[in-house]
Amino acid sequence: MKLLLKIAFRNMLRNFRRSLMTGSAVAAGALAMLLFGGFAAYIFAGLETNNVQRIGHLTVFKAGYFLLGAGNPAAYGIDNYQAVIALVAHDPVVGPMINVITPTQALVGIAGNFSGDVEASKTFLGTGLIPSNRERMRQWDEFGASAGYVPDRRMSDQDPSRGLIGVGLARVLGLCAPLGMRGCPQLPSARSSTGEAAPSRHELTELAARDRLDERASTDGNPQIDLLAATAGGAPNVVQLAVGGAEPQGVKELDDNFIAMPLALAQQLVYGRGEHKATGIVLQLRRSEDLPAARARLMTLFRQNRLDLDVRDFGELSPFYGQVVKMFSAIFLFIALVMGVIVLFAVINTMTMNVMERTNEVGTIRALGVRRAGIRSQFTVEGVLIGAIGATAGAMLAYLIAALINHAGLTWVPPGNASAVPLRLDVAGRPLLVTGAWLALAIVTTLAALVPANRAARLPVVDALRHV
Amino acid sequence: MAKTVALVAAATVETPGAVVRLREVVKTYSSGALDVPALRGISLEIPLHRFSVVIGASGSGKTTLLNIIGCIDSPSSGTLEVCGEDIAALSDDAVSDFRARNIGFIFQTFSLVPVLSAYENIEYPLLLVGVPPAERRRRTLAMLDAVGLAAQARQRPNELSGGQRQRVAIARALVKEPQVVLADEPTANLDSTTGASIIELMRRVQIESRTTFIFATHDPQLMSHADETFAIRDGELVDHRRGGAR
Repeated sequence: MKLLLKIAFRNMLRNFRRSLMTGSAVAAGALAMLLFGGFAAYIFAGLETNNVQRIGHLTVFKAGYFLLGAGNPAAYGIDNYQAVIALVAHDPVVGPMINVITPTQALVGIAGNFSGDVEASKTFLGTGLIPSNRERMRQWDEFGASAGYVPDRRMSDQDPSRGLIGVGLARVLGLCAPLGMRGCPQLPSARSSTGEAAPSRHELTELAARDRLDERASTDGNPQIDLLAATAGGAPNVVQLAVGGAEPQGVKELDDNFIAMPLALAQQLVYGRGEHKATGIVLQLRRSEDLPAARARLMTLFRQNRLDLDVRDFGELSPFYGQVVKMFSAIFLFIALVMGVIVLFAVINTMTMNVMERTNEVGTIRALGVRRAGIRSQFTVEGVLIGAIGATAGAMLAYLIAALINHAGLTWVPPGNASAVPLRLDVAGRPLLVTGAWLALAIVTTLAALVPANRAARLPVVDALRHV
Repeated sequence: MAKTVALVAAATVETPGAVVRLREVVKTYSSGALDVPALRGISLEIPLHRFSVVIGASGSGKTTLLNIIGCIDSPSSGTLEVCGEDIAALSDDAVSDFRARNIGFIFQTFSLVPVLSAYENIEYPLLLVGVPPAERRRRTLAMLDAVGLAAQARQRPNELSGGQRQRVAIARALVKEPQVVLADEPTANLDSTTGASIIELMRRVQIESRTTFIFATHDPQLMSHADETFAIRDGELVDHRRGGAR
């Protein structure tokens, strides 16, 4: 083997320019694969971080909610959800994996703003949550892909009537000026209503007065809107929400409908004076790699306790994540294939030329007693050596370029995000990607070298010796 | 019809038997639809420890005969026995191993491995037969010394003269102490002075190592040193005599 490597290395240097060109093709292949792979890996990490911060890794629903619950979330409330949370949190298997476990309440209804001259209403998709848990979830950053945690005090556990709404919804409800939003068009002075069967100002005010919810509302100078929804029992119900701020949601449909509110308020709206339930129990794990194990354990736990509950991960709840992962994976595969083909032909070409130039040498060493397999090994090792050096050089270059880009302070808005995040290429943090790309290129160069190496091995000795 | 020359064991006690035996060996090359005969049923025996030459005009079949004796080509028909081994019965790998152990080659164009130094070229056959490192080094250095190239041990073939390269080739052929050394026109690419010194060297090491040398040559100088001379014409053995030929 030592002799094989010695001869291979010296032949590589002997045809330095040719080896350099071939090695450069391999290096370019490694560079392209690693830079794009690093970029894709960072996008995946960013998207995952974004999702996990918002909706956790896993959500427990009442069976059937995932497919049918959107029409009437109130009908799919989890009974005695605190007991379920306690069961999960204290489980010796899944408990230690959990970073945050928190209930949520999904709801749909109509939001109205009837303050001053404004009369606007709009259907909404609401989420009731526990603000302090939301803040803890927002700090999750396992992959270092977050733009950085900035505390958000617009919602708090101490103020059960203050929430956030989507920028689009704020615009429609005429809250641009009260919320100090820039670039926001004035609402037409005529009564604006986009929701079907939108209630009048009189109807909403009357309902609010009846429930005397406005007495509990703490405004702190925030604009207030009225939220109307049907309770689980089918009766109309109204609460008032102090709008702490508007938050862009990335997707316009969601931005035009989104309201986040304290869980207690959402429960008040949906269940009234009845038993307060939750439509979901969100689990944010410490590490994403625990997701399959946590999910399996939850299913076992629910089965053992005869709980009719279902568990969904963030990929199922946010199909966009899976679509982006699939798209970037397909592009990566395409780039890898193109690079693989280029490397394949470059190495075949170089090794074929090497075999042709050294046909007489092949005949000589065969005459000396080297077996066919020895000739095959010799040329294969030479091809692999060029490939290995090229791939290593490409990987080192990729590390360097990634480091330069990561320190350049570039930012971009990833798909589905509402705000810019740092543009980074995650090459150094992905040893599997680097090893995989290196090995893939090594395999391609080995396969490419095998073709001319086999040809050399099959040469009849006398024909090879006659070759000039 | 093939002419058979049965060589009786040499008169000296050093030549107890034949190292190479050919029986009715035919070699035909196919060139498209045309069959070109290179050897037409040659039978001969070459004794051990002799300096034998095969002579003949260009295209007479000398090189083909040497290639078959060297087991790098196979006869179309007939039998070949080298060092008591029926070569046709061996697999391709076994023939390679047989060559590695028993046969040394000296080529007209030297055919050294260009990326290896003189030392490494000579050491190469020992690596193939698995000689231990210390023994390998001792034998390589001894052989370099024997061919007068101790000072050029580290030089690569392109840094050596033609004569020096052929000395390296001779050392490479002899270092593994083979039974048979085959040399195809070993002096053809050398000037007459260098050629003479190479012949002198081969003759000396042949006597010292008691190896069987078989040459294919046109070189009258080389012919004059022969113990046995085989003459070939049009693929047939036409003459055999003891001693050299001019």
